[in-house]
Amino acid sequence: MSSNRHVVIIGNGIAGITCARQLRKLDDSVRITVISGESKYFFSRTALMYVFMGHMKFEHTQPYENWFWEKNRIELKEDWVKKVDFSVKNLLFQSGEYMSYDDLVIATGSKPNKFGWPGEDLQGVQGLYSKQDLELMEENTRDVQRAVIVGGGLIGIEMAEMLAYKKIPVTFLVREAGFWSNILPKEESELVGRHMREHHIDLRLNEELEEIISDPNARVKAIRTKSGEEIQCQFVGLTAGVTPNIDFLRNTELEVNRGVKVDFGFQTNIPNVYAIGDCAEFHEAPASDRKQVEQVWYTGRMHGETLGYILSGKKVTYKPGVWFNSAKFLDIEYQTYGTVPAKWDTENVKSFYWEHSGGEVAFRMLMDLEGKILGVNNFGFRLRHEFFDQAIKEKWDGSKVISKLDKANFDPEFFAPYYIEIQKAFKSQFGGDIKVSKKTFIQKLFGASV
Amino acid sequence: MKIIQSIGVGLFLIGLAIFTVMPFLGNYTLSEELVLANTKDIHQEKMAEILKPMYGETYASNFSFISAFNENFSAYNDALKEESKWDEVIWDDYSFPLTQSSLSSPVRDNPWLFFGLSIGLAVLGGLMYNLPKHQDEPAGVKNNGIFHSSMKNRGWMGMITGAYLILFYIILYWFPAYIVNQVWMVTPLSMILSGNPASQWFLYGTIYTLAIIVMGVRMFRKYRGNKYQQLRTASVMFFQTAFAFLIPEILVLLNQPYFDFKNIWPLDYDFFYDYQIETFLSSGGVGMFMLIWGILLIVIGVPTFTYFFGKRWYCSWVCGCGGLAETVGDPYRQLSDKSLKAWKYERVIVHSVLVLAVVMTALTIANYFSGFALLENATNQLHSFYGFAIGSVFAGVVGTGFYPFMGNRVWCRFGCPLAAYLGLVQRFKSRFRITTNGGQCISCGNCSTHCEMGIDVRWYAQRGQEIVRASCVGCGVCSSVCPRGVLKLENGSTENRINEMPIIIGNDSIKINA
Repeated sequence: MSSNRHVVIIGNGIAGITCARQLRKLDDSVRITVISGESKYFFSRTALMYVFMGHMKFEHTQPYENWFWEKNRIELKEDWVKKVDFSVKNLLFQSGEYMSYDDLVIATGSKPNKFGWPGEDLQGVQGLYSKQDLELMEENTRDVQRAVIVGGGLIGIEMAEMLAYKKIPVTFLVREAGFWSNILPKEESELVGRHMREHHIDLRLNEELEEIISDPNARVKAIRTKSGEEIQCQFVGLTAGVTPNIDFLRNTELEVNRGVKVDFGFQTNIPNVYAIGDCAEFHEAPASDRKQVEQVWYTGRMHGETLGYILSGKKVTYKPGVWFNSAKFLDIEYQTYGTVPAKWDTENVKSFYWEHSGGEVAFRMLMDLEGKILGVNNFGFRLRHEFFDQAIKEKWDGSKVISKLDKANFDPEFFAPYYIEIQKAFKSQFGGDIKVSKKTFIQKLFGASV
Repeated sequence: MKIIQSIGVGLFLIGLAIFTVMPFLGNYTLSEELVLANTKDIHQEKMAEILKPMYGETYASNFSFISAFNENFSAYNDALKEESKWDEVIWDDYSFPLTQSSLSSPVRDNPWLFFGLSIGLAVLGGLMYNLPKHQDEPAGVKNNGIFHSSMKNRGWMGMITGAYLILFYIILYWFPAYIVNQVWMVTPLSMILSGNPASQWFLYGTIYTLAIIVMGVRMFRKYRGNKYQQLRTASVMFFQTAFAFLIPEILVLLNQPYFDFKNIWPLDYDFFYDYQIETFLSSGGVGMFMLIWGILLIVIGVPTFTYFFGKRWYCSWVCGCGGLAETVGDPYRQLSDKSLKAWKYERVIVHSVLVLAVVMTALTIANYFSGFALLENATNQLHSFYGFAIGSVFAGVVGTGFYPFMGNRVWCRFGCPLAAYLGLVQRFKSRFRITTNGGQCISCGNCSTHCEMGIDVRWYAQRGQEIVRASCVGCGVCSSVCPRGVLKLENGSTENRINEMPIIIGNDSIKINA
């Protein structure tokens, strides 16, 4: 590698920043520049909602102190890229400046989906993805009597929680028959739906947005649903998914589809140009249970890690391990390990589901016909990542997983030992040689009841 | 519910207002009998003469009384100092007992009434505010609006609260003569508990304990559904009420030395002072037990318990300073400085205090056993310097008064020599650590923001690294605020407890050699 090679990364999200950091760890001489018009310093996008709700200040979402970048010689450029001239390896900024590169990494992330709804560009209508969106939302939610959120996914429920903090009543329109039902099985989806209603969110399933109605000042004043109901509201959150943020790259020699097309080395059709994170689209999915566009924090991090290695000259390709993800639905934590689709073929897949009588704690495990574990979902309690990574990789028997569930428990000390109830339920449903854990002395002492 | 809470706030403010105006009530008349009754034998004659001009005169406020006292008293002392007659100078401060005994005020006449109107109303109001909190919300983390609150985000309410606390500590430590009314107010309570009249320290202990109880109730509401936080809070409430407040007073009632069984040297810095050791040695079996118990805690209790459970067994389950920080200070925990720079300062300062405490104690013990041949009375100067700089300014004024400015663990983090000692054990030989859940961290920063000890928890969590830090008091809040369930406090094997290599899971493209 020549020492004056210049790697330019567009986008300072988790993918771009992880790539820059990995590259710097492996190569001391390369010049690294990270470009972002959104914010000078890297922040955690997933924490934006907590800034709105006053749990944190924006500075707290920045994982590294400001001196970190200079110390690690990662140059930060605060500007928006307007155009890329791939033939001469040059970028044009909105400010009119230029920058040349040797290697270009596109890590521009996503933007909220808009499906051409009438009125979707009115004042008071917005999605939530960027720092600017958050600032806009602060602005848009002043003096609001009611809000409507369209689209049943993670950003939607976060937005609902944010609005609830401001004591703004929320109507939540979900096109499907259950919340996040393309990801969550029926029982889990219902569990989250119940919890949303417990938080006084007016959840409307099987309901779609027809039109957003304007007041004379081009501000939203109501919406109309497909079923014809008109709901007065001054804020509309559009959270029906996100789409790669690559408009400035369309109609160039770069091959794009929904996202920038890449192989498993994140190489695009143009040499020395790479794409990672939300905006990259693999030619084919990395694994049978994965998508061509991976829009998850963790995959962004892994893309960045891997490309950092590649740019330092190491011969590696993207090989994700066992799938995992997590989220928090208002007060309920959710983790998933391995493969648990919303629907499965009951001929080939066995499902074990346990739900606590309170209706906020649940566990699901899918197994193949031989009883080997495929994946788990857990709600309202915590399970150890390493444990399931190993169990799923090594294809443990479901009954072995359940027998050792106490080892997998990641709940804080003194919490109710749900794993005991799960073991009992599994034993009565599937039989087998399962030793149900005993309560420890401490658990008995403090009357830990499930 | 809102109404009850509003009334609660109102009652609290009324109680606080009455407590605050109390020093301005009543008048002060000094007589020769009072001087004779409240001064040491060797000073009686002199003091009676010095204060003669004040006899029979009625002072309408403590300001005029205390200034008259100081005028007469320092005129005498200054004259002697000028002539360098150091051994004739009266070094004892009689302003507190004389002001106290000269007072005639409605508070002194009706102590229980004023106790009820000030502390009683404040406690009642506090409970009325705290008990209905979060009533119609599901259990879960209740951090909404902290950084939008002027109380909890260094706004004007926080500034006023901090200033009030600082002022209170300054008066309590150095100008107690101004709060003799409040001391009279708690005197009947003190008589019941210990059979002795109250001092300003009894007043402080009473307020301290009640504050922990009222704000402990707030913790129960805030951390509803979190067993770890609930048990921990119950524990500090219990240890403060029983061990720090009631048991020492009852010991006095039973003619035994005043002793707080959970207070450990070097936090309890006067444990080895000559007069303390005299007290232990002259109090028979119970005194001997106290001395041995105290030493056992230092040399066996701390290392053993810390080996098994980390320093949390003390700092966030037992300690009185920790108890105040975890209850009264909880609304301010997010204000601690997390910068690397702060950590650097912290390590130097807290260990310097430990060294200072050890040196002071070593000199004191050596001096004691050499029959004061080594340094004579010079240890007293050392004691008063340490008592002033560390015991009063750092632990009291800064430690508590700065809650609303720098977070609730300033003292524990930067000043407490016992925390430094426990921390050394925790860092190098303990089963305790905070484990992170593989690759599940999203770097959101809730853990770091709400860490009262200023630990950048996220730095470790996002690398999948286990967290072993000398300062961690194991409060468990990082674990409870984590939206992805990434953090867990654990006592496990000491092998591989400190893993320098990250263990991010889920990416098979690259291999990080562990």
